[in-house]
Amino acid sequence: MLELQGVTRRFGAVTAVDRVTLTVPRGQMVGIIGRSGAGKSTLLRMINRLTDPSEGTIRFEGRDVTALSGAALRAWRSDCAMMFQQFNLCGRLDVLTNVLVGRLHHVPAWRALLRLWPETDKAIALSALEQFDMGRIAAQRAESLSGGQQQRVAIARALVQEPQIILADEPVASLDPRNALLVMEALAEINRRFGITVLVNLHSLDLARTYCERLVGLAEGRVVFDGPPEALTDEAAQTLYGLEAAEAVGAAAAAALPVAA
Amino acid sequence: MAIAALPLLPPARLAPLASGYGAVRRAEHRRVLAGAILVLALALLSGWVAEVDPALLWERGSHFFGYFARILTLEAGPHAGSLVLRDPAEWFWGLPRWLALLGDTVLMAYVGTLLGCLGGFALGLLSAANIVRSAPLRWGVKRVLEFCRTVPEVVFALIFVIAFGLGPLPGVLAIAIHTLGAQGKLFSEIVENIDMKPVEGATAAGASWAGMARFAVVPQVLPGFLSYALLRFEVNVRGAAVLGFVGAGGIGQDLVEAVRKFYYNDVAALLVLIILTVTLIDAGTGWLRRRLLGAA
Repeated sequence: MLELQGVTRRFGAVTAVDRVTLTVPRGQMVGIIGRSGAGKSTLLRMINRLTDPSEGTIRFEGRDVTALSGAALRAWRSDCAMMFQQFNLCGRLDVLTNVLVGRLHHVPAWRALLRLWPETDKAIALSALEQFDMGRIAAQRAESLSGGQQQRVAIARALVQEPQIILADEPVASLDPRNALLVMEALAEINRRFGITVLVNLHSLDLARTYCERLVGLAEGRVVFDGPPEALTDEAAQTLYGLEAAEAVGAAAAAALPVAA
Repeated sequence: MAIAALPLLPPARLAPLASGYGAVRRAEHRRVLAGAILVLALALLSGWVAEVDPALLWERGSHFFGYFARILTLEAGPHAGSLVLRDPAEWFWGLPRWLALLGDTVLMAYVGTLLGCLGGFALGLLSAANIVRSAPLRWGVKRVLEFCRTVPEVVFALIFVIAFGLGPLPGVLAIAIHTLGAQGKLFSEIVENIDMKPVEGATAAGASWAGMARFAVVPQVLPGFLSYALLRFEVNVRGAAVLGFVGAGGIGQDLVEAVRKFYYNDVAALLVLIILTVTLIDAGTGWLRRRLLGAA
């Protein structure tokens, strides 16, 4: 169980995340929604400790994550895999090596630095890639792949970390609709098959409603909605997104809104 | 609920994938190994051809340290024979004159760096393959830059001393030309590594080459340029200290005189002053670099 208690992050005078208190049971697929700048990314980055909270505590299975440092912090990061909007792969490295980065915490440092990966780790990485039909392109440079393929490589990297949680920060925002669906399917599949908790930041309300069992709405850093997708009425969405509502809710809703010619 | 273990592919499916990847990696390994062997062989060959004899380090090492012991031992005054630190006033007897010469050296480096970097900025842009279409233009600019940086500064300084006489002017010119060549090359490599999206954006909006360079290239490369320009200033202060050897102004004139005439203590004092100056400039440019890049 992941518990956030009064988690706050300030950047100078700006409060990006404001006293967020949240409990996520194991195996849940949670969509974090809200307009750009609502604090979604900062929230996820604090859970992985890429950003440190200014106040509040984050606990996982009763252990205080905010107090970790050194090896314990790296172990925690390996436990909560992160995915990014821009995939954050190393473009000049081949696909399999990018996936093996997810094994860095499991492999002795000298073996990893010399690229003498144990056969079992290579097998794990190749199996994860092949799950997305990408075993054949394992030797290609990551930068030669399309965005959708790169994000699936990033999922494979997250998966081979054998994480308890996957934190996906706008994983589909730079993808075309077809690839966005593929990536969301993959995340949902991982959640179902392996029981990995997934927290995913989404700008698109349609995708969030389709794939997540629980939605958490952020506005100006505060939790303003927390419940199942059915509970999120159009009015609630309107308050959450304001002027961006049409874009976030999707084309169908946008067509219903009056448009100036 | 425990996390389910990652399923491994059955060996029959895994094997072809693993061997396909392995083949590519092995080919890569062979290339890296061949490259490493070549580099090592060339290093050994160079040492052998140039008759670099490591044994000399052992045999003559004491001479090297002996020189340092000698320059750090007072030769005159009431404390002659003891360490220079016992009588700093005697050791740094020429301080006012030396500080003035050091000031000259730093100013020569400053003016030379400024001129060289401005020229290198323009020529760096003109020789970048990703923003200059004309191959002959790039070829020409690159040869000019090569000429500027391959002829040693001291040679330029000597030529300019013959042409313009003794003094700082030849030194400034020599530094400027060498800086132009070195920075032009560095700058053009920075430009060749930029993100081309803003370039497309500006070009698509109908910008001229100059407009494109000003609004799509320069904003991206300016922090890198500044950083390397400050580094070059530091390098040039060292360089300027040597140019005095051939009469091109600055502290070098006194340093070479002290070395040739065996004024051992003066050599030590001048070296200490130069090292202190370079350290100060290193700290100063480091501070400035953080300020400039932080603000950008």
